[in-house]
Amino acid sequence: MKPAPFAYARPGTLAEAVALLGAEPGAARILAGGQSLMPMLNFRLAQPALLVDINRIADGAVLRQDADGLTLGPLVRHADLLRHCAAGRGHPLLAAALPLIAHSGIRNRGTVCGSLALADPAAELPACAVALDAELDLVSPRGTRRIGAEAFFRGIYETALAEDEMIAAVRFPPADPNWRWTCLEVARRQGDFAIAGLAAGFCATGAPAARLVAFGVAERPLRLAAAEAALTARGSDAAVATLADLDLLGGGDYPAAYRRQVLGTLLTRAAAALGAPA
Amino acid sequence: MTAVRPPRLIGQPAPRPEAARLASGAGAYVDDVDLPRQLHAAFLRSPHPHAAILGHDATAARALPGVAAVLFWDDLAGVVTPLQTRHAGFPGLVSPPQPPLADRRVAYQGEPVALVLAASRALAEDALEAIAIDYAPLPAAADAATALDPGAPKAHPDLPDNLCWAGEISGGDVDGAFRDAALVVAQTFRFTRHTGVTLEPRGLIAAFDRASGQLDVRISHQQPHQLQVYLADLLGLPMTRVRVIAPDVGGGFGIKMHVYADEVAVCAAARLLGRPVKFIADRLESMAADVHAREHVVDARMALDAAGRITAFDVADRHGLGAYTVFPRSSTMETVSAVRTIGAPYAMAAFRARMQAVFQNKSLIGQYRSVGHPIACTVTEALVDQAARTRGEDPLAFRARNYTPGAALPFTNPAGVRLIDLSHAACHARLEALMDRDAVRRDMADARARGRLPGLGFAAFVELTASGSEAYGAGGVAVAAMDSVTLALEPDGTVKGEASVSEIGQGIAGTLARVVADALALPADQVRIATGDTRSAPHGGGAWSSRGAAIGAEAALGAAARLRAAILAGAAALLQAQPETLDLADGAIVDASGAPRLTLAALAQAALFRGHEFPGGRLPQLAVAHQHGRAQDRAVPTNGIQAALVEIDPGTGLVACRRHWVVEDCGRILNPLLVDAQIRGGVVQGIGAALYEACRYDGEGQLLTGTLADYLLPMAAEMPDIAVAHVETPYSGSVLGAKGAGEAGTCAAAAAVLNAVNDALAPFGTAIAELPVTPVLVLDALARRQAA
Ligand SMILES: Cc1cc2nc3c(=O)[nH]c(=O)nc-3n(C[C@H](O)[C@H](O)[C@H](O)COP(=O)(O)OP(=O)(O)OC[C@H]3O[C@@H](n4cnc5c(N)ncnc54)[C@H](O)[C@@H]3O)c2cc1C
Repeated sequence: MKPAPFAYARPGTLAEAVALLGAEPGAARILAGGQSLMPMLNFRLAQPALLVDINRIADGAVLRQDADGLTLGPLVRHADLLRHCAAGRGHPLLAAALPLIAHSGIRNRGTVCGSLALADPAAELPACAVALDAELDLVSPRGTRRIGAEAFFRGIYETALAEDEMIAAVRFPPADPNWRWTCLEVARRQGDFAIAGLAAGFCATGAPAARLVAFGVAERPLRLAAAEAALTARGSDAAVATLADLDLLGGGDYPAAYRRQVLGTLLTRAAAALGAPA
Repeated sequence: MTAVRPPRLIGQPAPRPEAARLASGAGAYVDDVDLPRQLHAAFLRSPHPHAAILGHDATAARALPGVAAVLFWDDLAGVVTPLQTRHAGFPGLVSPPQPPLADRRVAYQGEPVALVLAASRALAEDALEAIAIDYAPLPAAADAATALDPGAPKAHPDLPDNLCWAGEISGGDVDGAFRDAALVVAQTFRFTRHTGVTLEPRGLIAAFDRASGQLDVRISHQQPHQLQVYLADLLGLPMTRVRVIAPDVGGGFGIKMHVYADEVAVCAAARLLGRPVKFIADRLESMAADVHAREHVVDARMALDAAGRITAFDVADRHGLGAYTVFPRSSTMETVSAVRTIGAPYAMAAFRARMQAVFQNKSLIGQYRSVGHPIACTVTEALVDQAARTRGEDPLAFRARNYTPGAALPFTNPAGVRLIDLSHAACHARLEALMDRDAVRRDMADARARGRLPGLGFAAFVELTASGSEAYGAGGVAVAAMDSVTLALEPDGTVKGEASVSEIGQGIAGTLARVVADALALPADQVRIATGDTRSAPHGGGAWSSRGAAIGAEAALGAAARLRAAILAGAAALLQAQPETLDLADGAIVDASGAPRLTLAALAQAALFRGHEFPGGRLPQLAVAHQHGRAQDRAVPTNGIQAALVEIDPGTGLVACRRHWVVEDCGRILNPLLVDAQIRGGVVQGIGAALYEACRYDGEGQLLTGTLADYLLPMAAEMPDIAVAHVETPYSGSVLGAKGAGEAGTCAAAAAVLNAVNDALAPFGTAIAELPVTPVLVLDALARRQAA
C-alpha cells in the first residue's frame, strides 16, 4: 500500500495551481485534505503523474459570511465550518450535517470543497449543496465559471469539473429564517459513510414548502421532488409513499429495499423534527 | 513445592509496568528496526480465488531500479519445503501441502504467488505491477454449506472431494433422550468469518549469516519457540542455528500463532540472498491473508423433560476452513472447539455432535480468541432462551434449575468434558446483584417510550483454558503446552529472569515478575522477566489458550521456590546456620526472630565475586530454571455469565448496546486490573462478532472486505459500559490456582447480545439465528412478523 511514483508541486497561489492543472490536462490531481485522495493513492486506485498540493495557497481558507451568504475557499476544513456553524452562524443544515462527517481527526483535515469535488454518493455535503442551491466557482487557465450544485454532480465520483479545473469556492445562500432544516442518516457506526441519509428543510410560514435531498441511495444527491410536493400537500405519510417509485442503489450489505425503508424512516423523523404534518 | 506465604503483590491491582513505555511511543516493534543491507519484501498475491498458473514473466520487474530479486516457488524450492499440517488427533485428516509461494495453482485470493525484494517497499510494489502472470481461472469452492454436494466445485482438483475432516463426539443415549423429550427446541445457526485485527500487523525481519549458517528472525509473533522448531525443520537448519525474537508485539488474538506461508518465504529468501529481508503486512494483505476464524453452519436441537430440565443436545456443525488446514496446528481444531462446550454449563445426560470441516477457495481459518467457544456458547444459550420462552419462564430461573450443581463436580459430561472447580450458582447470584434488574426494567420502559425495542439477554458459559499437551503434542504437533522460567540473582540483589511465555500487550511479563517478587519477598520492581527470545529463554508455549497465569505463573512460582531454596542454602552456609531457621524479608535473609542477617545483594556478591568464602568452595546455585506443565486435566475449565441490554431502532434495524455485565471465575486473580482489561477487551470483540465484524466473500470466493471501511470493527462510540465482577474458585490442580482469563469476555458476549436482540424481537414472534446481526436482518425479521 504505497503510492505509485508521482511528482509533487506545492504552489503558493490559486493561479499557479490552476496553471499546473492546465499544463498537461488529466495528468495532475489536486491534494486538499488528503483524507480521500491519500487512501486512493496508497491503493494505487489513483496514479496521477503530478500531485498539486494546494494546502499553502494564499487565501485558500477564506470563510466569508455576508449578504450573499456563506463563501468558502478550497482550504476551509470541515472543522472550520463546523465551528462557524455551531456558533449559530452559517447555515442550520450545515450545522446539522457536519457532525455526521467522519471523526474529528478527519474533519480537521478534510475540506468542504474536496468533499464536493470527490462527489461520493454517500457524502453529506453534496446533498446539502443541492438542497441549498449552492453555487460553485470553477477555475481553469481558461477562466472562471459558476455552476449550480444540481448541475455539478453527475454520478458516482463524477462531476462537471473539467480536467484542468478546480473548485475555487463554494457559496451557500443566506439562511431564510422561515425555514427549518435537519440532516439525518443511518450508519452502522458513528462517523461511517451513510447507508442512507436525508437533508431536509421545511417552511411552514405562508405557503408551505419543502426541500428533501437524499444521499447514499443513488449515484448522486437525489432531490425528492415528488416527496416534497406530497409533504407540503398531504403530510409525511404521503411523502413516504412516493419513495416506492424511486430507483435506488443496492450494493454492499444493503439492498435497495432496505435503503428505501430506512429513507422512509428518516423522512418521517425529519418531518416530525421540522414541524411538518404527519 | 513449598507453600506460598500470604501474598503481598498477588491479587493487588497494578498497572502494567510496560504500559508507560509503549503508550509514550518508545516501544520497539518489528518495523522500528532496520538492519544494514536490508531488503524490503512485497508479495504478488493472487487476485483469483482459484486458478491455474500457466506462466509468468518478471523480466520487466527485475529490470526496475532498486529491485534485487523477484522470486517464484521454483526459486525457493531448493531451500525450503512446503508446509503440511499433520495432526494425529484428527484421524483421516486430508491436508495437501502448501508451498510458501504458489506452485502452478492458486487456491485462495491473497495467496502469495511471487516475492519481490527491493530497496524500499514502494519500489517493491512498483515491481509487483510489472509482473505478468498468466492465470486460467478455475471454478471456486466458496460456500461451505454446499461444499460436499455432488458436483460442487472442488477447492483442490486432485482431491476426491472437499472434505478435510469429519468426526463425531457422543455420549449417553441421545436418541432415547429426544424420543422421551417433553419439549425439543431446534435451530440452524449461521456464523460468518472474522479476523483478529491487531494494531500492529504481522511482520518480520529475517537475516541469514552465510558464514555461520545462522538465521535470525525478528517477528511479531505469539510463539517464538514454536516458530523456531518449524523454521528449522522447513529450512533444514539445526535449531541452534535458528533464533526467533519476538520484540514488542502489538496484539495477537491468535492471529500471530501460526506459521504463515509468506513469513516462511521471507526467511527462505533471506537465506537465498544472504541479505536481511523485512516484510510488514499492510492492512489489505492482513485482511486477505491473516487467518480468518469461525464460519459455521450449526444445526442444533436440545431436548428437555417435563420439568424443564435439559436432557440432551444433538448438533451438526459444517465448518468452512479455507484452502489449507493451517500450519502447524490444523484448522480442524475450530470445529471441535465449536461443539465441545455446547451444553457445558448444564447437567445434560446425552450429547452428540457431528463435525464436518470442508475446504474452500478462501483464506485459511486459524485460532482466534476463544477458539470455537463463542459458537458453542451462542448455540447453547440461544436454545436455552428459546426453551425458556416456549415454557413461558424467566430465562435466569430456567438456567438456575439447569446448571451442573457444584456438588456434582468433578463431572465428566457426555461430551467428554471434565468439569471441575466451577461456580455457576455463585456467578449467577453475583450477576443478579451486579445488575439491579429494577433499574434495568426502568431503562427498558424508557426505551419503549422512545419508540425503541429494548431487549435483555443472558449467556452462561464454560470455557476450556490453558490446554494441556493432549491438544497438540499428543497429535504429533510440536507445540509446547508447558512453560519455562529461569531466574538468577544479580550482584545488587535484584532478580532477572527469562520466560517462555509471550508478552503481546497483555502484561504477563509483569505478572510473572510479581509472582517471583512475592515468593522472594522483594518489591515488584526488583524482579525483571524478559520474554520473546529463543536464544535466552528455554523452550515453552508462548501465548495461546489463556495460559500465561495458569501455566507461566506456575512455572515462575516453581523457579522462585528453587531460587529461594538456593538463597537460603547459600546463606546458611555463609552464616553457619540451618536453612530451615532462615527466611526472606524485604530483600534480606532474616533469622527466626525476623532480624536481617544478610542482604540478598551481599549473598550474591559473595557467591559471584568471593566464592572462596563458602565452606568447601561449594557455590550456591543462584541461577535456576523451572518448567511447568500439567500432568492431569486436559484443560482448565472456567465459567461465568454475561448479560447484555440492547435497543433496536425498529425504523432502521440498528441495534445499540446499552449495558453489558460480566461475572466470571478465572480462579485466583493475580492482578485484577489486568483481568478486568482482558474481560472488557474480550467483550468488545464479542460485541464486534455480534453486530459488526464480517469477512464477506461473494459466491465466487472474492473477498469483499479488504479495508477497515468494509470490515467494521467495534468502535468506542458504540460500546456500552461493561461492568465486571468476579467469583474466585481456585484451580485445584495448581499452587496459585489461577485459570485462564484472556478469552472469557469473547466467549459469551456475542451470545448475550444475540439473546438480547431476540428478547427485543420476542413480542413480535420472530427471531434471528445468525451473526452478525445486521440492520437488514433485523428489519427482515420484523417484516416476517408483519407478514405473518
Ligand atoms: C475514515 C473516514 C471516514 C470518512 N467519513 C466521511 C463521511 O462520513 N462523510 C463524508 O462526507 N466524508 C467522509 N470522509 C471523507 C472526508 O470528508 C474527505 O476529507 C473529503 O471527502 C475529501 O476532502 P479532502 O479535503 O480530504 O480531499 P482530498 O482527499 O485531498 O481530495 C479528494 C478528491 O477531491 C479532489 N479535490 C480536492 N479539492 C479540490 C478542489 N478544490 N477542486 C477540485 N478538486 C479537488 C482531489 O483531487 C481528489 O480527487 C471520510 C474519510 C475517512 C478517511
